[in-house]
Amino acid sequence: MRARRWLGERLVLAYGLGVLLYMVLPVLVVMLMSFNEPANRQSYTFDGFTWNNWLDICRPYQLCSSVVTSVEIALLATLVATTLGTLMAFAFVRHRFRGRGVATVAIFVPMASPEVVMGSSLLALFVAAGFGGVLGFWTILAAHVTFCLSFVVVTVKARLSGLDPYLEQAAMDLYANEWQTFWRVTFPMVFPGVLSAALLSFSLSFDDFIITNLNAGQTVTFPMFVWGAAQRGIPPQINVIGTIMFLVALILVGVGELGRRRGAR
Amino acid sequence: MTVVPGRSSPGGVTAPRGAPPPRGDVDDARRRRLLAYALLLPGALWLLVFFVAPTVTLVSTSLWDPSGSILYGYELTYHWLNYLDGVRDYGPQLWRSVGYAGTATLACVLLGYPLAYAIAFKAGGWKNVMLVLVIAPFFTSFLVRTLAWQMLLGDNGWAASVLRSLHLLGADGHLLATPFAVVTGLTYNFLPFMVLPLYASLEKMDPRLIEAGGDLYASPFTTFRKVTLPLSLPGLVAGTLLTFIPAAGDYINAELLGTPRTRMIGNEIQDLFSAGAYPEAAALSVTLMVVIVTLVAIYVRRTGTEDLV
Repeated sequence: MRARRWLGERLVLAYGLGVLLYMVLPVLVVMLMSFNEPANRQSYTFDGFTWNNWLDICRPYQLCSSVVTSVEIALLATLVATTLGTLMAFAFVRHRFRGRGVATVAIFVPMASPEVVMGSSLLALFVAAGFGGVLGFWTILAAHVTFCLSFVVVTVKARLSGLDPYLEQAAMDLYANEWQTFWRVTFPMVFPGVLSAALLSFSLSFDDFIITNLNAGQTVTFPMFVWGAAQRGIPPQINVIGTIMFLVALILVGVGELGRRRGAR
Repeated sequence: MTVVPGRSSPGGVTAPRGAPPPRGDVDDARRRRLLAYALLLPGALWLLVFFVAPTVTLVSTSLWDPSGSILYGYELTYHWLNYLDGVRDYGPQLWRSVGYAGTATLACVLLGYPLAYAIAFKAGGWKNVMLVLVIAPFFTSFLVRTLAWQMLLGDNGWAASVLRSLHLLGADGHLLATPFAVVTGLTYNFLPFMVLPLYASLEKMDPRLIEAGGDLYASPFTTFRKVTLPLSLPGLVAGTLLTFIPAAGDYINAELLGTPRTRMIGNEIQDLFSAGAYPEAAALSVTLMVVIVTLVAIYVRRTGTEDLV
């Protein structure tokens, strides 16, 4: 019996590690392929090792400009969505108001809509409002803020409702006014939540394809560049960008974890 | 209960319970309510303009007369036939989307549940590393990862050659450009959305409950069925919804890993919009939403978790 249980536990762990491998495998392929020297445009195999893709990232036409466009949109969308969403999260957690229950559920609806539906409704609005001809940077930005907003509210709300409200009361009892209490006590405590909401928004925005594709007009973001390239033959530089994104995110997570540990000490 | 800061009067002296609030508190309460609306207003306005208005417009667009055009304008003629036409022309794609998304969701449960369980209870000091590995694929672009699957499953890729040498795949058999490839891609892309909520609800569970099950002579399987599974149900429901809904609307996997015969409803909606056939595209989009909402409502009612969602 004991041996069977021991085996069972090992099996669960081994199975879990296998699934984890399945999840990480494509990322490893991306990293490997960033060093590939493809024999032809439709090559699906590793044909030879080269540093050239890393040394000449911007060689494929529009690749780097599309990355710049994506970063610009993602930064602006993050800024707007994080600001609006954080304000809303404060209203939800710290205030009572009419319709709070309904609003709490309603905030999940954009998260639960399939992307293609959300993208097509935005396109329908832009077309009906006569903006069909000027689809581009600003319509993409509006769309991205919209789908990031709910995620920000949910993330910041989770952090905010986990906070001890007595700390704020203590600050007030020690003659801090509301403004001082907010900036010296509340905000520093909520900040990690705001930061993770911002990181989430940035990655959602940077990575979005389906909604963007419907509302982009002639503007090309990085995922749209990849989509276009996939039809013609994939330049290996795409994998370089993928690898760089992965490493940057991993470093951010590592720094965040270090900061958290130092803060906890 | 939320303790509202600023409620205590200056000096920390609170009014006795049950006493009528002094005049200052009434003003304070009104000020706070106004502040709540002020905090909500910008975000609410944004969602009104860019979420509610678009949804209404989508429904009205779906009732436009399809004989109009983007150049000369459309007329709202309550042309309900757009829906009939959409379902008649693209019914197979619609049901295929539901089928693929359902299969992928099931695969995500079968792969994701043991993984979430292993992370929550068996990983020990490796918990954080394993969690990072679950989220890590998010950091590389969705499309780039799906293209990596194209390479992995390709005819001269590694997976196909291994399966061929094991004679599990015929010499002229394919992995890429099959329903299998599309479902594999969907499963892969949405698996983290299954694992994370499952992990979150398993993590909250007291592992002593499992031991208690064993102490009371329940077999590990019975313990799982009677203790662990019910306690992780909120995570399971959240995970299935977060997997099924985006998978049903996805068309990236069907396009990059499939063939014209594996097209999903998302492919058709996108193509109809690109072709400027707005009324029918909008009708299909609304149909997809209605199908999803119906399925989700049935599912949530069946699992008896209405109050959890």
